[in-house]
Amino acid sequence: MELQTTIYLVVGATFALYIGIALWARAGSTSEFYAAGGQVPPVMNGMATAADWMSAASFISMAGLISNMGYGGGLFLMGWTGGYVLLAMLLAPYLRKFGKFTVPQFIGDRFYSKSASTVAVACLLTASITYIIGQMTGVGVAFSRFLGVSSETGIYVGMGIVFLYAVFGGMKGITYTQVAQYIVLIAAYIIPAVFISIQLTGNPIPQLGLGSSLSGHDVSLLATLDKVVTDLGFPNYTTSDAGGMLNMFVYTMSLMIGTAGLPHVIMRFFTVPTVAAARSSAGWALVFIALLYTTAPAVAAMARTNLIRTITPGVVMENKDPYAADSQILAADRPDWMKRWEKTGLLKWEDKNGDGRIQYYNDKSKNEAFKAKAEGAGWKGNELTVNADIIVLANPEIALLPNWVIALVAAGGLAAALSTAAGLLMAISAAVSHDLIKNVFVPDISEKNELLAGKISMAVAIVISGYLGLNPPGFAAGTVALAFGIAASSLFPAIMMGIFSKKMNKEGAMCGMLAGLFVTLFYVFAHKGIFFIKGTEYVDLIGGPNSFFGITPEAFGAIGALFNFIVAFVVDKMTPEPPAHIQAMVEAVRIPRGSGAVTGAH
Amino acid sequence: MDDSGKAYWSATLGLLGKILVVWFLVSFGAGILFAPALNSFHLGGYPLGFWFAQQGSMYVFIALIFYYRKKMGEIDRQFDVHEE
Repeated sequence: MELQTTIYLVVGATFALYIGIALWARAGSTSEFYAAGGQVPPVMNGMATAADWMSAASFISMAGLISNMGYGGGLFLMGWTGGYVLLAMLLAPYLRKFGKFTVPQFIGDRFYSKSASTVAVACLLTASITYIIGQMTGVGVAFSRFLGVSSETGIYVGMGIVFLYAVFGGMKGITYTQVAQYIVLIAAYIIPAVFISIQLTGNPIPQLGLGSSLSGHDVSLLATLDKVVTDLGFPNYTTSDAGGMLNMFVYTMSLMIGTAGLPHVIMRFFTVPTVAAARSSAGWALVFIALLYTTAPAVAAMARTNLIRTITPGVVMENKDPYAADSQILAADRPDWMKRWEKTGLLKWEDKNGDGRIQYYNDKSKNEAFKAKAEGAGWKGNELTVNADIIVLANPEIALLPNWVIALVAAGGLAAALSTAAGLLMAISAAVSHDLIKNVFVPDISEKNELLAGKISMAVAIVISGYLGLNPPGFAAGTVALAFGIAASSLFPAIMMGIFSKKMNKEGAMCGMLAGLFVTLFYVFAHKGIFFIKGTEYVDLIGGPNSFFGITPEAFGAIGALFNFIVAFVVDKMTPEPPAHIQAMVEAVRIPRGSGAVTGAH
Repeated sequence: MDDSGKAYWSATLGLLGKILVVWFLVSFGAGILFAPALNSFHLGGYPLGFWFAQQGSMYVFIALIFYYRKKMGEIDRQFDVHEE
């Protein structure tokens, strides 16, 4: 069957499945809409959390970035999994015991103040919408490649689909839909990785294949890759870090605490029956996430290896001289997958030295010995640009795998992007209808109107993020990392202090959240433009890019969080301590006994 | 908070502290700060620091959460605050 037809069939079948489940599980009351009646078992909840969590950034973007960054890409792996340890131990069980639907509800009750809850809504909306911008970009890229439409049309189609099942399904629909999505996306990720691992190393388990030798060789894959990439002027694969050790440290920390502060992930832990189940849900979620995350580095290194094998055949497996005149492939002989991706503009080839062959190397290398060799070989600059975001989607094509595998990867990428967008929209909808409208503006709103308000706010959020997704502040993963920084600097410290510091008062928490959010946004907007609008950057004002100890804006969330903690404790010391009943409530939240069903009432 | 409540909370914090130390050591320690030094050792074809950053830390994270769940269950029952 033709590749394009197969893709339509597989993507169509998975979509029919998700929508079918959403319709089957259509929710009735408010309580069911948001929290599925508190009846989702831990393994299922773990799977749904994993699908919710692993977005276009994890599925489409991450392995491609690791492929380019090498060792430094490990910050995504450690950051986006290590946060679960914090979430499982520091937040999830206590928030479940607290027994409310949303993060702003917790903040509002714990800090006995509607203003605190409103500040939390503002933080939540900023983080979630930034996150969805990244997802919408990913949805657009995936749809445009696989349905053969422009990326704008891809975004519009994605907006429609997300809206449909987020609005009609509710949380319960989404929970079971997301279990299905998890299965699709993990199969789509692992199957090609297994094929490729067997091709390259003979070992079917990618995690072991990455630590093995290449088939028919006694040198390990990673050592070979190190040699080949340095021969082409790139930094050594297994040692090149991401902007220095300090930046890598702070970046990892920012992603970790951002994970524990993201409202749509935290909300998941309100949907389990007991405190004990909240603890195991986090564990199961991490098991299902780690299946993909431990495969990703193998996908990354093997895709890099295969790319170099394609462009310079014989260099990897037969140890040929990469500088020899006939080492690079003739452009006329380049494989079909390159031609297919050239149409999207994400893979570009240009014959700079007019020899009819493709030279792929690092022309920005500072290594004099390498520069001399490149010049000696008659190379006039790198001739091949491969966008990092296409690596995972193109991976099965690069390895010349069967069409059904390529189609499955397409379906997986869409599942990842859509499931996360839907989960985030739930968080946004709950924050607006429950925490803003019902609690602050219209306390006597009917249940029906509250649901309606939730749906309208979802629609508005989809339109805003879709619009910003047309002109995104960066690649999917970069935008998503910014969202983590915002959550890390604003919500995580406030929730943590709410549980672990009995004496923390409303003044401290509010000033802390505002300070963390403001500092982080100030640094991010300096690099990326005010509210991500192009042309409004003010990076010179703060002394040039990454002026704060070389820390990149994506990594800045950890600094913002530190600022949040300091401001909160200083303000707390200068203002009255919280009333006795609040302190008693904190003590009650710390013990599991008496965790009833989740109620929305106050 | 009564004495039993205080003891329960300090047992909880003690467990959290221990787990966070391991959490920090495998990721920020072995995966970042000591990675260059560890890379002179190998695990199969993996340089060890690279392995911790891209594989090992994640396996340890999973073990930590399930260990936490088990230990917390024991602490809950010991202080009689577990759910029915």
